[in-house]
Amino acid sequence: MRPCKRPALTDHHHRRGREANTMNIVVCVKYVPDATADRQFEADNTVDRVGVDGLLSELDEYAVEQALQLKEKRADEEVTVTALCVGPEKAVDAVRKALQMGADKGVHVTDEEIAGSDYIATSLVLAKAIEKIGADNGPADLIVCGMASTDASGSVVPAMLAERLNLPQVTLASVVETQGDQVRIKRDSEGSTEVIGATMPIVLSVTDQTGEARYPSFKGIMAAKKKPMETLSLADLGIEADQVGLSVAWSKVEDTTPRPPRTAGEIVTDEDGSGAVALAGFLASKKFI
Amino acid sequence: MSEVLVVIDHVDGEVKKPTYELLTIARRLGEPSAVFFGAPDKADGVVEKAKAYGAEKVYVIDDAELKGYLVAPKAEAMAQLAQQSSLSAILFPSTFEGKEVAARLAIKIESGLITDAVDVQAGDGGAPVTTQSVFAGSYTVTATVTRGTPIITVKPNSAAPEETAGAGTVEAFTPTISDAARTTQIIASQPRAATGRPELTEADIVVSCVRGTGGNFDPIEKFADSLGAAVGASRAAVDSGWMPHSYQVGQTGKTVSPQLYVANGISGAIQHRAGMQTSKTIVAVNKDNEAPIFELVDFGVVGDLHSVLPAATEEITKRKG
Repeated sequence: MRPCKRPALTDHHHRRGREANTMNIVVCVKYVPDATADRQFEADNTVDRVGVDGLLSELDEYAVEQALQLKEKRADEEVTVTALCVGPEKAVDAVRKALQMGADKGVHVTDEEIAGSDYIATSLVLAKAIEKIGADNGPADLIVCGMASTDASGSVVPAMLAERLNLPQVTLASVVETQGDQVRIKRDSEGSTEVIGATMPIVLSVTDQTGEARYPSFKGIMAAKKKPMETLSLADLGIEADQVGLSVAWSKVEDTTPRPPRTAGEIVTDEDGSGAVALAGFLASKKFI
Repeated sequence: MSEVLVVIDHVDGEVKKPTYELLTIARRLGEPSAVFFGAPDKADGVVEKAKAYGAEKVYVIDDAELKGYLVAPKAEAMAQLAQQSSLSAILFPSTFEGKEVAARLAIKIESGLITDAVDVQAGDGGAPVTTQSVFAGSYTVTATVTRGTPIITVKPNSAAPEETAGAGTVEAFTPTISDAARTTQIIASQPRAATGRPELTEADIVVSCVRGTGGNFDPIEKFADSLGAAVGASRAAVDSGWMPHSYQVGQTGKTVSPQLYVANGISGAIQHRAGMQTSKTIVAVNKDNEAPIFELVDFGVVGDLHSVLPAATEEITKRKG
């Protein structure tokens, strides 16, 4: 029972051929607890997404930025950038930020039943939402994600999304170039620098190396208020409540424990080389020398 | 006992240390079966290594038809292999590739996935219980998989590798790879020059640095070499083009958890802390006595790294005799 198997892909390829002057980009953005705040868990061991200030994940800003840059580079085409977010009511802030940066449309999937979803269920909701956006506005040619979220840091949702949508994935790009339906990226992998080629539609993830994300301008902030924003529920996506959420997650957090604070260490001030001697002494006492 | 698949982390048949850690962990959960994606002519050497760390079986998958296409073919191969027998877990190294193969596999075989475990133990009834370090190391989380075959990616340095002889029975496995899985292609690959230093995520000691060194990494590298350490970098050093991104420690780079982490000139912003906070011992050298990094350290030197590090290198070399 693959929840997301769809035969629509061949149609998709044909469609691209027919409408080569349009391009649809969906950027997946996550609303995360602010990493500089004291992040914590709820009593049911889910991430506290309400009591801690949240924002658009910093790593997804790079994804929005890349989508906007592609749109700007392909100015002679009709490129639509849709920012998609799955999350609680407040998560609409992440979509709004993407619109302020310059995305054209926003889609916010929110439903109480989604709370506590794992990667598996999150990728299901995203995949169904991408299909719905595709059905309404034309299929996505490019699905852009950040390299990871700043809360769970799993880096697995882009690959799961690709699997569910039956698309190739090209991940961790530091440079992205497109020409027609061809995508070429550069990335630093474990032991080498690689150039990877793919044909749209694909799922793409980008790193912070792709370039600084723009700040919303005053004009952008004002314009965002008039941009289309759609709020979807699980029912709108044809997802049953028993397919998502904490109770059906395929993994379960048993326990969360705050790490005890590190005990204050010894700090010395270097004077005429004393710091180096003290440092070597410390390293020797810990048997590192 | 049922099988535990362990995907071997290697470069051209050169087995990497996390593989031995995974095999050691696998023995807690069942009978380790190593999975080797690679050239058949490298298999003998790899099998010997896997066997020495307890692999009862080694599946050899000729990757001639798979390599160059990123992760999708490997995920298909693993799904087919997983259907062959009843498994108690599938373990991957927590590399980006390992995580992506695991992610696709989880959807294919409808199994729960846990990423970046720093420990895995057998719980009641033998099912794996994982430990993860989250929110920049400020919380420890234990978790279990509740559906399918537990798929777990495990970070380097999560177990001390223990040698023990396994049967190491070799079984060739030939997966059927779809055309759809072979649509993205590696067009060019430029291996990075070997530094002779340990791999960043696997190293026992990491010495890292910042823009403050002004593009001169000589003092850092000499200091690192005196300790046999890997060299890491802050985001600023990478953004300036002085260090490749693969050296970056922090939220948008690598997460390291070595025995000793020496932060030089690094202020200790949350993005950097996210990548190193779980290090066992932390040392910092910084001119600014109010740098937040000093809140984390076991030992700190307030001073200019350009004078402290060369002098420390000399002192360490002297002590080593």
